[in-house]
Amino acid sequence: MADAVHLIWSGDANLFAIVRLSLVVTLSATVLAALVGMPLGAFAALVQFRGREALVVILNAFMGLPPVVVGLVVFLLLSRSGPFGELGLLFTPAAMVIAQAVLITPIVAALTRQVVEDLWSEYREEFQAMQVGPLARVSALLWDARFSLVTIMLAGFGRAAAEVGAVIIVGGNIDGFTRVMTTTIALETSKGNLALAVGLGLILMSLVMTVNALAWSVRRWSEKHAA
Amino acid sequence: MHFSAFALLLGALVTPFPSLPSAEAQEKSIVVASTTSTQDSGLFGHILPMFKAKTGIDVKVVAQGTGQALDTARRGDADVVFVHAKPQEEKFVAEGFGVKRFDVMYNDFVLIGPKADPAKIKGGKDVVTALTAISAANSPFVSRGDRSGTHAAELALWQQADLDPAASKPAWYREIGQGMGAALNTANAMNAYVLSDRGTWISFKNKGDLAIAVAGDQRLFNQYGVILVNPEKHPNVKKAPGQAFIDWILSAEGQNAIRSYKIEGQQLFFPNAGAGQMQQAG
Amino acid sequence: MRDSTSDLPIRLEAVSVRAGTVDILQNVSLEIGRGAPTLLLGPNGSGKSTLLKLGMRLIAPSTGRISFGERSAASTRRSAIVFQKPVMLRRSAAANIVFALSAAGRPADAAAVAHLLAQVGLSGLADRPARQLSGGEQQRLALARALARAPEVLFLDEPTASLDPAATKAVEDIIVRIAGEGVKVVMATHDLGQARRLAGDIVFLVGGRVLERGASPQFFASPSTDGARRFLAGDLVF
Repeated sequence: MADAVHLIWSGDANLFAIVRLSLVVTLSATVLAALVGMPLGAFAALVQFRGREALVVILNAFMGLPPVVVGLVVFLLLSRSGPFGELGLLFTPAAMVIAQAVLITPIVAALTRQVVEDLWSEYREEFQAMQVGPLARVSALLWDARFSLVTIMLAGFGRAAAEVGAVIIVGGNIDGFTRVMTTTIALETSKGNLALAVGLGLILMSLVMTVNALAWSVRRWSEKHAA
Repeated sequence: MHFSAFALLLGALVTPFPSLPSAEAQEKSIVVASTTSTQDSGLFGHILPMFKAKTGIDVKVVAQGTGQALDTARRGDADVVFVHAKPQEEKFVAEGFGVKRFDVMYNDFVLIGPKADPAKIKGGKDVVTALTAISAANSPFVSRGDRSGTHAAELALWQQADLDPAASKPAWYREIGQGMGAALNTANAMNAYVLSDRGTWISFKNKGDLAIAVAGDQRLFNQYGVILVNPEKHPNVKKAPGQAFIDWILSAEGQNAIRSYKIEGQQLFFPNAGAGQMQQAG
Repeated sequence: MRDSTSDLPIRLEAVSVRAGTVDILQNVSLEIGRGAPTLLLGPNGSGKSTLLKLGMRLIAPSTGRISFGERSAASTRRSAIVFQKPVMLRRSAAANIVFALSAAGRPADAAAVAHLLAQVGLSGLADRPARQLSGGEQQRLALARALARAPEVLFLDEPTASLDPAATKAVEDIIVRIAGEGVKVVMATHDLGQARRLAGDIVFLVGGRVLERGASPQFFASPSTDGARRFLAGDLVF
């Protein structure tokens, strides 16, 4: 434990690089998942089409996708012997972003669908009365749901920040290149450095806590200033 | 107005998306599929900076079990393999996936066990007798169970004792399917015996009540080999930097680098690249 | 002067509205024309809200016909509605009005917003989050949203049912003013006093049927049906 604290205080470059990579990978994956998952969720909430119920069930079920399974599938896709091998993305941070984005998009989509559906049932009559067009409808619902959507993104972020199964398979836990907090904790554990691993775990938790606190203060500020 | 505040926050949170490696960076880096024993022992942390300083080539080590490492290379996802299971390595080359196999270094395996020593094998020099005793005493034994070099060595030793716990799966035989460090952690927690390479054992920080029970048997010899993945099978293999790595590690300089890696004064790996196998101008 | 784009008069011919096995409106034949406010009067559950939604074309008749002005199914609708419990968007009062203006295809500039806020007496609350407004203020904001559509016909569903007398007066004053500016007001209420104050003519409903229809003074002075008499006397009528 003291080792871990010492690492922070001494501004250990290696630890800093690992922390930075963890944040970059997980935040990028979260944004990607939001860009794909939120419109998908809004679509599932608002548009009637055949197979809509099946889509909702699938999205809900995929919230529980095992990270290691996602990692395996993405690994097979990105491997040189796989369909996207030409891109040479395996064992790079980009692969980790992709794997985590795949992992959390169902969460973002399923929760967005629920939130938008609830809001729509509240707004439906008024929107019909005001003759609000479909595009304006979607943007109004997403904007009015913004606080819930931030919480949804935080849920996705938390899930991605916590997982190790996907990033270790597609990233390879390469020293100085694809090593993140969770894989480092796994590695130090396998080396028997249990106290250090626990210390790193605490650092990871504080990182996640900080991101959440930041999001909370943005919300408070927003609430105060009308909108 | 407030929409832009949100947009700004999102933008600030997204630090530059990790870009795809530039072509130049690609040239100066290789992927080496290796084993958990070389990673967990810290060997690569010691020797790779020397290689980079000399050649400027970045070595990215993906540490998996030997079986998985060879599979990764078969798929074309690595440029070089550096593992320790000679029969599997030779098969890999025979199948055409590897160019040529070279001896690099050796160490030995050690049979680790609880200080209480329920099977009464401590201090022995015969590992096959020890395994027989463990089986007879039903003492807990942790197996890697992951097609790694260590796992292959372990199975070969059971075979020499005319036993096959991997097939009969008695309750005392615990296959965990994980790396060396995990196996040692598990053995510690279960007060079990486990076969480990000496390098990982020396550098392992959670020994608890475990200690070396049997060592020094000739049959515990553990040879490491290095192979360039065949560019004819996978054109994306970085032949030049990959070969440069192999040349270096077989050269006097590379071999000295291996020799110089010590933990608490103990040398972990013993370089033994054959004179006839060294490249020119190493 | 006949205006071919006008929604008035609204004519219902033998209209019934059925939900499942229940007839919410039965065999209603009615005409609502220009002029002073038409009040839909009757106890709860008499079908007033349904009639408003028909007029607003939010629902269609199960049987019968409804026509607007010279045509039966108009593509553009020059009417607006305020619901009994209006839903505020999660943004400021002004932003709510901007939203309504945009939805109506009208320019949402600051002047237009300010004008609408002034019409309902909410000028000082433009930047307040709409959900933080009081009940009466929300009702007035909903009115402003409706007026943003520059409606020919304004439907109101019991707008003051949950408001205190002071707030009720504020809302009624706005309605009277709007009616005076030429907007046709069609308003549902179960409040006799309100009907007396505001109505030009009365449509009296009980159990989904129109019991009486006529000018307000006559209805209150000498109702022609027994149901109306009992209702005016304060009895429960169903």
